[in-house]
Amino acid sequence: MADFDFDVLVIGSGPGGYVAAIRAAQLGLRTACVESRETLGGTCLNVGCIPSKAMLHASEYFDAAANGTMAKMGIKVTPELDLPAMHAQRIDAVTQLTGGIAYLFKKNKVTWLKGRGAFVDAHTVQVGEQTVTAKDIVIATGSSVTPLPGVTVDQKVVVDSTGALELGKVPEHMVVIGGGVIGLELGSVWRRLGAKVTCIEYLDQILPGFDGDIRKEANKIFKKQGIEFKLSTKVTGVSVSGDTASITVEPAAGGEAETITADCVLVAIGRRPNTDGLALDKAGLSVNARGQIDTDHRFQTTVPGIWAIGDVIPGPMLAHKAEDEGIAVAENIGGLTGIVNHNVIPSVVYTWPEIAGVGLTEEAAKEKGEIKVGKFPMAGNSRAKTNHEPDGFVKIIADAKSDRVIGVWAIAVPAGTMIAEAALGMEMGATSEDIAYTCHAHPTHSEAIKEAAMAVRGKAIHI
Amino acid sequence: MATEVKVPVLGESITEATLGEWLKKPGEAVQADEPIASLETDKVSVEVPSPVAGVMGEWAVKVGDTVEVGAMIATIEAGDGSAAAKPAAAPAAAPAATAGQQAPAQPSSDTPAALSPSVRRAVLETGVDPSNLKGTGKDGRLTKDDVLAAKPAAAPAAEPLPVAPSVAAATGRKEERVRMTRLRQTIAKRLKDAQNTAAMLTTFNDVDMTAVIEARAKYKDLFEKKHGVRLGFMGFFTKAATMALKDIPSVNASIEGDEIVYHDYADISVAVSGPGGLVVPVIRDADQMSVAQIEKTIGDFGKRAKDGTLKMDEMKGGTFTISNGGVFGSLMSTPIINPPQAAVLGLHRIEERPVVRDGQVVVRPMMYLALSYDHRLIDGREAVTFLVALKNAIEDPTRILIDL
Repeated sequence: MADFDFDVLVIGSGPGGYVAAIRAAQLGLRTACVESRETLGGTCLNVGCIPSKAMLHASEYFDAAANGTMAKMGIKVTPELDLPAMHAQRIDAVTQLTGGIAYLFKKNKVTWLKGRGAFVDAHTVQVGEQTVTAKDIVIATGSSVTPLPGVTVDQKVVVDSTGALELGKVPEHMVVIGGGVIGLELGSVWRRLGAKVTCIEYLDQILPGFDGDIRKEANKIFKKQGIEFKLSTKVTGVSVSGDTASITVEPAAGGEAETITADCVLVAIGRRPNTDGLALDKAGLSVNARGQIDTDHRFQTTVPGIWAIGDVIPGPMLAHKAEDEGIAVAENIGGLTGIVNHNVIPSVVYTWPEIAGVGLTEEAAKEKGEIKVGKFPMAGNSRAKTNHEPDGFVKIIADAKSDRVIGVWAIAVPAGTMIAEAALGMEMGATSEDIAYTCHAHPTHSEAIKEAAMAVRGKAIHI
Repeated sequence: MATEVKVPVLGESITEATLGEWLKKPGEAVQADEPIASLETDKVSVEVPSPVAGVMGEWAVKVGDTVEVGAMIATIEAGDGSAAAKPAAAPAAAPAATAGQQAPAQPSSDTPAALSPSVRRAVLETGVDPSNLKGTGKDGRLTKDDVLAAKPAAAPAAEPLPVAPSVAAATGRKEERVRMTRLRQTIAKRLKDAQNTAAMLTTFNDVDMTAVIEARAKYKDLFEKKHGVRLGFMGFFTKAATMALKDIPSVNASIEGDEIVYHDYADISVAVSGPGGLVVPVIRDADQMSVAQIEKTIGDFGKRAKDGTLKMDEMKGGTFTISNGGVFGSLMSTPIINPPQAAVLGLHRIEERPVVRDGQVVVRPMMYLALSYDHRLIDGREAVTFLVALKNAIEDPTRILIDL
């Protein structure tokens, strides 16, 4: 039916949505993208990945100046924080990038429909006053912060990640509820700028889902940096009085309660999929037990012509996972073959040093079969040592029989960048021997990957 | 690390069903697509196949429960039902739950993670089974070229052949949807146009190939020595056809608008097998060519069709078509006219049949001939006469020499 307003309508312009829209347009499909924010880019560009990296990067400089790192290298400086300026550069980064998406939309002739989208039927979406029809619709509505029951986020004393990016002053004491990626990253920012940071985690270790050795080592490193951890601890209540919050905690298994006072509480216990207000039932769709929209491996929902990607469907809630799904769904709609390999999706924590991993943890790998593991400490890597950044290690996990690499984990300053090599290697079915015999430039941090690979079946040189 | 089995789409407006019967017990080994349960709706009983191979997990519902489309009714655990550990050869093959959440399940046998992304896409697109292929990449890895080379009938002209991975329908049977390539769409349109415009019918005859076969047996070596090309049947048929076309000019004509165009040359279109299907290059002025020249031309067409190097010009035009279905074993057929031509000759397989000659039953190598023609232009008498003239010329090749 040539009667549809558009060939493809994407609901949401985050990394999943905007990428899907651009790819669909590149394939010659008449594409529109619905976005209720004033700017494109979703959580990632506006209140997530990008602004947090801007604050992390800026605070790294401050930290280096403040904690003696620069002094060690002969730069005597006592830094003075201009927080408004730091926020301004964050806003500048966000503005440039969200503007960049708008430019890409114009360039590729993607129509930007401003407003909130809601289904009228399987091919019709209401956007504000407009009713729009499309042959194929992609739901890419992303996720929002999970509220902590009983705790109200006022974005002044009790904040979520969005508020934590915009604090008007450096807190004296920030309590971070949740020892996951977001809590650790934002906690790091304010610790570097001078706050005392306490991180409360329900599980017995931070960074759930990451390799066990990584979690332990990361904990040690952050502790050394001055973050206080309360593991196996649950929060039973948060009350605010004026500018002060009182957080009551107790051991996760039950026990004596304790009250902590702070002038800032960051709720970072997770994120949940956005489906409220979409009127999914009008399209014949429903959500699963976790509030997500289920799809098949081509990202098609149970309703033909409606697809879903990104944080709103199962899988890790990562921007790059959404982006890959965005390309795949556009290619599937366009009659090509879109693929996403959910087994090789890297995870990165943008703290200092960075933490990154792709593939199986050692624990999960052991459950599947016999493995061999090679480890190499960054203290043995020439570049890390020269830069006086010896923290961390690289671990490579390989199948014992075939030597194929099935997991790589790293703590190192550029771990997030280093992990790309591991992901490519795993996609190509690399063995640890393949990596060990690939030339890595010297002196780079990546040599640690090579040495860890050498250590899988034999010996590294530099340790 | 389990795969969920969900109630599939059951049909229009059916939103729920009753669990009628469990076909697999927890702990039993399950193959991919093997039915594990039977669901009952108002209209029909439907089997639910397992999406992956493994071991049947716990039943999430019991017999008699009502379940909704999309509801989880069971899980399939990884494993092969025995106590043996999973073979370590392909450790990354099973879809892993990341951070406790099951990502959209990978199709189980279609895309083993052992293959690189470009190879995986090639496998999905071509439907080739990678497990039987020899890899030419590093350490014997499969490359994209290995997969494409194994593709059964390659798509022509660099059009990506989009293939949707099989979707198990509610009854457990598979369906594959392949979007038509532009070439195929064009072929489809032209064929229908031909059928819709011409008043097309077919007249048949048979031909005794004895004389031609004897001539070939007698002269093939000498012919090949002198002319550098094998003596086939097409040379004879083409020459016989051009002769008959001169006698019955309407068979060599075409309708353009409200005019009939008679050609006093014979450009014979010959169907040859190409990688993407049949292509029909044209032997220009075939009436002026010798048998050897015709054979050479057809041989060259055949080779270049396989290489895909035939030029578009070479396939334009033509006043009459000869199509040989005999090479594929066809007994008899009703070929479709190649517009704007008026007729097409179909050749078929040569088979020893009992026939009567001078009151005696003898065995002769016979072939059925078919002439489909446009009755708006060619009348029945002409069509039959043409075919009889052709038959006579083949049964007694001297007639070609003396134009009889």
